[in-house]
Order: sequence, then C-alpha cells, then structure tokens
Amino acid sequence: MAEVVVWVDHAGGVVAKPSLELLTVARRLGDPVAVVAGEGAAGAAGVLGEHGAVRVLVSEAPEYGEFLVVPKVDALAAAVGAVGVPVAVLVSSGGEGREIAARLAVRTGSGIVTDAVDVEVGADGGPVAVQSVFAASFTTRSRVTRGVPVIVVKPNAAPVEAAPAAGAVENLDVVFSPAAVCARVVECAGREASGRPELTEAAVVVSGGRGVGGAENFAVVEALADALGAAVGASRAAVDAGWYPHSHQVGQTGKSVSPQLYIASGISGAIQHRAGMQTSKTIVAINKDPEAPIFDLVDYGVIGDLHTVLPQLTDDINHRKN
Amino acid sequence: MSLRIVVCVKYVPDAAGERRFAGDGTVDREGVDGLLSELDEYAVEQALRIAEGSDGEVDVTVLTVGPEDAREAVSKGLRMGADRGVHVEDGGVHGSDVMGTSLVLAAAVEKAGFDLVLCGMASTDGAMGVLPAVLAERLGVPQVTLLSEVSAGGGAVSGRRDGDRASERVEAPLPAVVSVTDQSGEARYPSFKGIMAAKKKPVVEWDLDDLGLDADGVGLAGAFTEVVEAVERPARTKGEIVTDEGDGGLKVAAFLAGRKFI
Ligand SMILES: Cc1cc2nc3c(=O)[nH]c(=O)nc-3n(C[C@H](O)[C@H](O)[C@H](O)COP(=O)(O)OP(=O)(O)OC[C@H]3O[C@@H](n4cnc5c(N)ncnc54)[C@H](O)[C@@H]3O)c2cc1C
Ligand SMILES: Cc1cc2nc3c(=O)[nH]c(=O)nc-3n(C[C@H](O)[C@H](O)[C@H](O)COP(=O)(O)OP(=O)(O)OC[C@H]3O[C@@H](n4cnc5c(N)ncnc54)[C@H](O)[C@@H]3O)c2cc1C
Repeated sequence: MAEVVVWVDHAGGVVAKPSLELLTVARRLGDPVAVVAGEGAAGAAGVLGEHGAVRVLVSEAPEYGEFLVVPKVDALAAAVGAVGVPVAVLVSSGGEGREIAARLAVRTGSGIVTDAVDVEVGADGGPVAVQSVFAASFTTRSRVTRGVPVIVVKPNAAPVEAAPAAGAVENLDVVFSPAAVCARVVECAGREASGRPELTEAAVVVSGGRGVGGAENFAVVEALADALGAAVGASRAAVDAGWYPHSHQVGQTGKSVSPQLYIASGISGAIQHRAGMQTSKTIVAINKDPEAPIFDLVDYGVIGDLHTVLPQLTDDINHRKN
Repeated sequence: MSLRIVVCVKYVPDAAGERRFAGDGTVDREGVDGLLSELDEYAVEQALRIAEGSDGEVDVTVLTVGPEDAREAVSKGLRMGADRGVHVEDGGVHGSDVMGTSLVLAAAVEKAGFDLVLCGMASTDGAMGVLPAVLAERLGVPQVTLLSEVSAGGGAVSGRRDGDRASERVEAPLPAVVSVTDQSGEARYPSFKGIMAAKKKPVVEWDLDDLGLDADGVGLAGAFTEVVEAVERPARTKGEIVTDEGDGGLKVAAFLAGRKFI
C-alpha cells in the first residue's frame, strides 16, 4: 500500500495530540510512516505504533533544538526521500509546523494546502483538503496538483484512534544543509504548565475578554474552566491589557480553536476573534450588551454581567458533579 | 555601512467587507475595498524603527505583488515613512498560489537588492503564514520568523520568537528574512509630513518580463494547488438568547446539561 509521511510534533518523546490525529487522517490515504526528530524522539515510537504508524523514522541530533526550523525541514525531506513517492505529507498546524511544511513543499516542487479542517480521499486516492476560510464564512475543497501533496492540518480535524501497527523503528540519516545552521536559538524559556488542557486541543474552552475587567478577575473564568475541565482563552483586548498571557489569545493572530464547546464571556465578537473560534461546535456567550456581534453566532446566550453569571454557573456545575 | 530593507506588504480585501470567491476559484476582489494587510503595518513599523535607531544609512523599500489597486499598499507604506516603493503588476500573476506568489516576490526582492527582508506574520486573507519561510528557502538565506521583538545591525538580526511551547531568543547573520507578529509594537499613523513627503517618493513598476519570469510558472496556469469547490457556509442559526434575571448561570448550566457537557 502507498505510504503517507506524517511529521510528529513532540516534547522529549511525548507526542502532541494533533500528531496522533494526523495518523487517523493518514490511514485514510495509505500506510502512515511517522517521522520524529529531536531530543527524546525514540521515546515516541511506541505510541506511534499503537496509533497506526507502520514505520517510525527517528533522528536525534542537537541541531533540532539549537537552530530554527530548517534542521527539521532537512529531516522531513530525508524521510520523504527514504519513502520514495508518498501519497501525501501531513504536518499539524502551528507556527513551526506550517513553516516546516512550506519549505518542504518548495524543496520537493510540491503544492501546499494549509489549515485543513478535514482531509478527504479524492477520486484518485489522493487527499482533498477541506479549509474553512474568511473567518469561517466559506468552506473550500482544494487539491494539490503538482508534486507530493503537502497538507497542514488543524488540531481536532480527526479523532485519535488506536490502530496497532508494526511501528518498526528505523534510524533516519539526516545530513544538515548549510542553511540549517544559520538561525541560532541563543536562549530558550519553556512555558509554564498550567495543569489545564492545551488550548488548541481542548474539547472545551472558556474565554474572557475586556469585559472581565482586570487580571485578578480572570479567576472567575479560570474557576469555570476548571469546573468543566476546559482550557482558558482570552481576546486580544484582554491580552493587550496584560490580564492574560499572549499564548492564550484566541483569534486571527492568536490560536485558532475548534472545540466541542466555546464559552465567550465579556467578548464582543470582532471578526478577528471570530476567525479563531467560529468553527467551534457549540458556542455560548455571556455579555452585558444585547447588541454584541458575538450573539449572532451563539447556540445559547445570556445578556448579563459575567461577574454574577459565571460564578453561579460554576457553582451549579460543581454542585451537579457532587 | 548601509542597510537595505525590503518590506513585503500585501494588498487584501477588507475583512470587514463581504469577502467571496469568483467563478474561477480565486478571490473576488471587485466587491470589497482593499487595504494594506494590517499585519504588514507591523513589518513597516519595525523597518522604520530599525532605520531610526541606526547610525548608518538605512534604505526602506516597500514591495507589493498585486493588481493595479495594490499600489495603495505601497502608498500606505510610503506615507508611514518608507523611502521607496516597488509594485509588481502583471495579468499573469492573477490566481497565483503561494508557490507562484513567492517566486515573484523572491525575484523582485533580489532585483531590488536587500540585506533584510521584513514580512508580516500572515496575510489577513490567505492567512497561510508561510510566505516568509518560503521566501527564505527560495533566497537561500536564514529565516528568523514570528518575532515579537526584533533588532538589526552589525551584520546580524536578532529577536524573540514566541513559539507554541517556548519563548526563544534567536539570531542570524544578514542577509535574512524576518517576519514580525502583532506583538512587536503598535504601528504608527502617517503624519501630515509623511503624507506630503510620500507624494514625491519613487515607485517603480515591474512586470514578469522585468523579473525574467515565465508566465507559465505563476498565476492560475502555474498553480500547484486547485480550489475544486468553494461554498458559502450557512450562517450559524442564532440560538436562544435570554436575559439574566438572577438565574442566568443556572440557565446556562441547564443548557449545557441538555447538551451533555455536564
Ligand atoms: C490585524 C488584527 C488582528 C487581530 N487579532 C485578534 C485576535 O487574534 N484575537 C482577538 O480577540 N482580537 C484580535 N484583534 C482585535 C479585535 O479587532 C478586537 O479589538 C478584540 O477582539 C476585542 O476584544 P474584546 O471583545 O475582549 O473587547 P471589546 O470589543 O471591548 O468587547 C468587550 C465586551 O465585553 C462586554 N462586557 C463589558 N463588561 C461586561 C461584563 N461585566 N459582563 C459581561 N460583558 C461585559 C461588552 O459589552 C463588550 O461587548 C485583532 C485586530 C486586528 C486589527
Ligand atoms: C482563503 C484563501 C486560502 C488560500 N489557501 C491557499 C493554500 O492552501 N495554498 C496555496 O498555495 N495558496 C493558497 N491561497 C493563495 C495564497 O494565499 C496567495 O497566493 C498568497 O499571496 C500567499 O499566501 P498568503 O497570502 O496566505 O500569505 P502569508 O504566508 O500569510 O503572508 C505572510 C506575509 O508574506 C507577505 N506577502 C504575502 N503575499 C504578498 C504579496 N502578494 N505581496 C507582498 N507581500 C506579500 C506579507 O508580508 C505577508 O504578511 C489562499 C488564498 C486565500 C484567499
């Protein structure tokens, strides 16, 4: 069967959930060949095999952590070379993923489609990427017509499914290009773990905006998030005010989320915010202003003060749980 | 020593307008007003700050690839304070995907001459967020992308990259391609003086011939991707909206319970 190359995103061998989702997508198209590079990469092999990777190509070299993006492009290109002509190369969305995929596309003379919300199998067996564009007002279906289709897939595009496969581990030979060792990482500070789910991967997201009114008031948003096992998001207005870290911003220039449930509190619903959350399955909003544009897209809305509505909601959820 | 900065600025349909697709699967640019992609203003801003903070001579060129109207994106950059403009316009470019667009941009950047290319983090229409990386690959120079802080001088560029997992300080020798995020610093409004001065600044117009490019490699004909279908999503049906009368939280809880979220 034809092989599909899957780029695996991991931290010290712990595979990111969107990469496991990619394996589900890949199995629709052929036999997944997983590529893992960086410190601890070999540790990822087991879980990749359990989720359908037929082969796992591993490369551990310090360059992946010392230089920006390009060493990873070299690794992915080497993997594509090792496979021959894969039916597709899949990479999950995110700043770095997009860039790795794009440079690979240039090198292999291929087209690229970014931010697919789903991947279907076309008439020729190749991938058809579904995109949600213009702040989710249009759905497009696109094909790559030249080279090996390179598709960048958004988190939550497919379920994670167990599918035990050989998971045969092979060492991937990577010769770094001169370009790989140019942009040096001179300092690196990891993000502090909040103990809450990853924003882009979470099934439920509770977000706060300018209406929250201050950094300390985000406690009411966090309390609701914890009651629901949710991630916390924020609007750019809240981030710019310094109330919540930028890594939690939802929207065009922040993270794009697509959870089962999105709760927007004190957020007006500007187009740039909607661009990052409009594909959420169920949307709930709490806002004082009955005219707030966010109410145009909600499944359920409450016109009211979030400072009374959120705590009451949180209490009721905690009550129901006990 | 002089420093030549080329800022890539895209002309895009206004996100506040009705954006849609034309019959050929390309973006219909007739129905809505266009403007300089707001995220590229941040790139212009950083170029100007680098110029203002430098002891040496710094030359800032704004470059756009786009139809006739796209000249407005160049003009905006000049009003903000850039020194000169380049507008690449050619019917053959219509319908280019990122591979075609980047081919044209790479040729134009080389023809203009550069030590540093500055881009926005993503356009506000295609929003692929990949062009800077592609440009670096094509030009064979380092990429230092998604910077929330940037400084350049002494033959190098450095900055802070806030990635998905960590915040990194990165540096690379020039020439290089850099992209900046909207965290890099508010873009300035053109001053009256800037608006007046912009009228006298040189803008050159190039077409594919000037860049030595073949029309087959760009545009719809040269595309590496094909939009097979573009359908308007039905607007979300507006759900129930209630006014809080002291029981708003309980009502949301009941709704969530009904949908099995709790
Ligand atoms: C290029 C560009 C990119 C951008 N990217 C993003 C992005 O990624 N993400 C993003 O979010 N924005 C982004 N923006 C900004 C966006 O345009 C809006 O300015 C922003 O989303 C507004 O945030 P907000 O809804 O929290 O604030 P506001 O628009 O000020 O809305 C606050 C809302 O809270 C309500 N409110 C106030 N007090 C209460 C209360 N006590 N209880 C209940 N409701 C209350 C108000 O009625 C109001 O509707 C971008 C803008 C540009 C130009
Ligand atoms: C809704 C939509 C979806 C698309 N999806 C795809 C796709 O999946 N695959 C594909 O190959 N093409 C796609 N395209 C076409 C693609 O967006 C354009 O070819 C485009 O010019 C390059 O990508 P971008 O605008 O997304 O740029 P980005 O990669 O988001 O842009 C980053 C930066 O590059 C610079 N830049 C980009 N374009 C120009 C320009 N014309 N002139 C000057 N500077 C520029 C700017 O500094 C900008 O901030 C899509 C277009 C649309 C409208």
